[in-house]
Amino acid sequence: MATTPAAPKVNHIGLPVLEYRGGKTTLCAGCGHNAISERIIDAMYQMGVEPERVMKMSGIGCSSKSPAYFMARSHSFNSVHGRMPSVSTGAIMANHTMTMLGVSGDGDTASIGMGQFVHLLRRNLPMIYIIEDNGVYGLTKGQFSATADLGSKLKTGVINDLPAIDTCALAIQLGATFVGRSFSGDKKQLLAMLKAAIAHKGTVMLDVISPCVTFNDHEGSTKSYKFMQDNDEPINEVDFVASFDEIEVDYGSGEVFEVEMHDGSNLRLHKLHEDYDPTNKANAVRTLMEAHSNNEILTGVFYIDTKKPTFTDLLNLVDEPLGQLPQSVTRPPKSALDGLMASLQQ
Amino acid sequence: MATGDLALGELQGVTNTRARVINDFSINVATVNGSGSQSANSVLLKSIFGMGVPVSGKNLFPSNIAGLPTWYTIRASKDGYVARKRDAEVLVAINPETARQDALALPVGGVAIYEESLNLKQYRDDVAFYPVPFDKITAAICPEAKLRKLVKNMVYVGAVAQILHIDLSVVESGLRKQFAKKPKVFELNFGAVKAGYDYVAEKFTKQDPYFIERMDETKGKIIIDGNAACGMGAVFAGVTVVAWYPITPSTSVVEATTDILKKFRITPEGKATFAVVQAEDELAAIGMVLGAGWAGARSMTATSGPGISLMAEFAGLGYYAEIPGVIFDVQRTGPSTGMPTRTSQADLLSVAFLSHGDTKHVVLLPGNVMECFEFGGAAFDLAERLQTPVFVLSDLDLGMNNWMSEAFEYPTKPLDRGKVLTAEDLNRLGGFARYRDVDGDAIGWRTLPGTRHPKAAYFTRGSGHNDAAGYTEKPDEYIEVMERLSRKFENARKLVPAPLTVKNGSSNVGILAYGSSDFAIREAMDLIKKQYGQDVDYMRIRAYPFAHEIHEFVESHERVYVVEQNRDAQLESLLKLDLPAEQVVKLRSILHYNGLPLDAQTVTEEFATKEGFTGISPTHVEDVEAHEGAIAS
Repeated sequence: MATTPAAPKVNHIGLPVLEYRGGKTTLCAGCGHNAISERIIDAMYQMGVEPERVMKMSGIGCSSKSPAYFMARSHSFNSVHGRMPSVSTGAIMANHTMTMLGVSGDGDTASIGMGQFVHLLRRNLPMIYIIEDNGVYGLTKGQFSATADLGSKLKTGVINDLPAIDTCALAIQLGATFVGRSFSGDKKQLLAMLKAAIAHKGTVMLDVISPCVTFNDHEGSTKSYKFMQDNDEPINEVDFVASFDEIEVDYGSGEVFEVEMHDGSNLRLHKLHEDYDPTNKANAVRTLMEAHSNNEILTGVFYIDTKKPTFTDLLNLVDEPLGQLPQSVTRPPKSALDGLMASLQQ
Repeated sequence: MATGDLALGELQGVTNTRARVINDFSINVATVNGSGSQSANSVLLKSIFGMGVPVSGKNLFPSNIAGLPTWYTIRASKDGYVARKRDAEVLVAINPETARQDALALPVGGVAIYEESLNLKQYRDDVAFYPVPFDKITAAICPEAKLRKLVKNMVYVGAVAQILHIDLSVVESGLRKQFAKKPKVFELNFGAVKAGYDYVAEKFTKQDPYFIERMDETKGKIIIDGNAACGMGAVFAGVTVVAWYPITPSTSVVEATTDILKKFRITPEGKATFAVVQAEDELAAIGMVLGAGWAGARSMTATSGPGISLMAEFAGLGYYAEIPGVIFDVQRTGPSTGMPTRTSQADLLSVAFLSHGDTKHVVLLPGNVMECFEFGGAAFDLAERLQTPVFVLSDLDLGMNNWMSEAFEYPTKPLDRGKVLTAEDLNRLGGFARYRDVDGDAIGWRTLPGTRHPKAAYFTRGSGHNDAAGYTEKPDEYIEVMERLSRKFENARKLVPAPLTVKNGSSNVGILAYGSSDFAIREAMDLIKKQYGQDVDYMRIRAYPFAHEIHEFVESHERVYVVEQNRDAQLESLLKLDLPAEQVVKLRSILHYNGLPLDAQTVTEEFATKEGFTGISPTHVEDVEAHEGAIAS
């Protein structure tokens, strides 16, 4: 099995991990979101991403606060509830040379934000979209969200009688090109998926089960640490080898699904489920639906497509960020206006 | 008054003793939505324009794709009045469904040009009738049955040209321009024009007093609608990101913008220096605008009332997080869906305060197509200078109708991209606080994402923040930012377009208004003078927050009429919030909100009633009699 080299004092662009840290978290001790922030820091650091070249986006909720807790050197936009996708779309149009990472929650995405979320997927907007998924609204003290599983129980004893929205199945169907699920408690899997996400071009949709220790970590919850430890069923073992890594590993052919990423790095998916092919859309959705009926929480990379054009590819933009084009480019010459005027005269 | 049937075929040889009415009347074309009459109406309008006669065109259409009645009114005015006129003297009746009502609406002595089978003579006998078998004529010249519906419209253009004495050569050159790239289409259409022209010449001698005669008042002028002018303004201000959701009557702002961007903003390598995105709804459209504005692009959206309602939450974020963006609101009637294809000025209050909390916005108020172009550009400078969303409030009348204007001038002022720090600036400064008022203008410095400096980043949020963009719930820090925002808004009074003093110092009575009301008010001022001998001063407001000149105008008049196109006197209400108490009591209201564009008669009548003018001033009776005589001799 492949491993990345032990983290040096500085990464390959010469920055220590400290330069990827953010403010002190104000979330609850033990909140899954904090672990995810840590993994984002590790992944960005290990991938040698220049912090100034990252835009951190979020909506509203506990999850959406978290961009304040990692990568203080990156520009950040904490927008309005459920509307991270549109703000992100605008920002990437203005500067498509940036790496964009967004953190949303299950309420922010699957309820109030569903309208914009599906269109972001459809556009294959180049960004990493992380749902920190705990099945409840934390800041308003523990109401169910739309990703809460059928039959799961609130602390107050209320049972959820509506089916969960599977954001991964939705993302695969609607056009995201890198879709996976992980668990905030699975450091290794989450880190590998995040690193691959950074290397991917297109919409990366990662649903990360992230237990809410205050409102949804009890017996009867399907988003608790205990439930995930018992029911997490990886579909593949995720291994990422960055283009600058020099480690060669052995693996038996037929057991590994290897994907070459845009930047020359490799995503290696060791098959744990028989013949699972993460490039087959219909099969991916079917597998997820079957897992639901078996009460399994599948994790791993469900779907990947490295060929589909992204939103900014389709816009056919110049290389320079649109937001930084000079007046000589953005204001057409006088002859242009004169021509228009002539066409409107008698 | 003329009596009897004036149908010319039957009254050959009768001498017309009526005074001629030259270049001062309206034509009302009554057709069916979806029948393709728009290009024929446009040719007719441009033909009168081509005759050098000041002209304006208004489309009164239903919220429907095909089958419902639609009217297009063309006003020719030697005096340059371009507002809606209540009555049209010349009717082109094509639509059987409304033919009776249209015929009855004609003033005595008017003209009815109509599809023969409609038999309008059954309804009255005091107008001139020109029955034309449009369908028969069309069938004869257009072998292809499916094109006849469109070609038929050109037959009435020809008939009208003959009756009103519009030169055929002018119609021809207008048509040639319209179909410049399609010679065959031109031939077919011009054939239809000629057929209509010749039919009337052969069957009738002129019996009505209405004539278009050559003038020289349109040379160098253009005809354009306000939406296209807004789009043009945006492009010449360097707009780079456009996000929108289709909604009447604003859609053509983006269509025009996109057309011009495609023409002038593709590099020789075929790459785009702009991005236009049709969003999933207006919430997303404004979200994209703010995302792009935050990341440094000049961004815009265009919408109307319902879209404005949806944009409310983001508008507040833009105000509080201080993000530039331009929002064109082409107003239609409300409340709710209202009458989507009818005009109004009823969004002013909701736009000025769009969003919850203490939110207020800079609103530009163009009053003609030239200002649609100018403000459409200035809005971007203001948005980036003030770091805030800027609204441009147009309306359906201004936006979708055809207006004559001087040609637009190329902007010479460089783009003002506002206060943005670069990496070099940060090296020099060692850092910055995003919301700190370091220059005393209440505007902080910002950085753009991607600026390669460890101190460049800041955290943008709609939650409580201090001047260093840090999260706060501390009362002092919250108030500090809110008060600076308030100072910034105060400063905006001096930066926005100043009010236009159309006339001042000749009267103790004034009029305040904004936007498309201007056309009717200018005409009403002349009518009021003519009918009542009263001079009126007039100031047109061109932006909110209100410039100080507006206070001075109110102060220097005894009574000030605020003329606007909504039920609730929204402009007056906004003025009341701004004016000192002793000025508030001077305000009076003249309101018009039936969905039709404001007309001078309405303003005049309301003004006369409120001023206590009963009847017509004796010194001016003579004029009026002469005027009426022209119609009814």
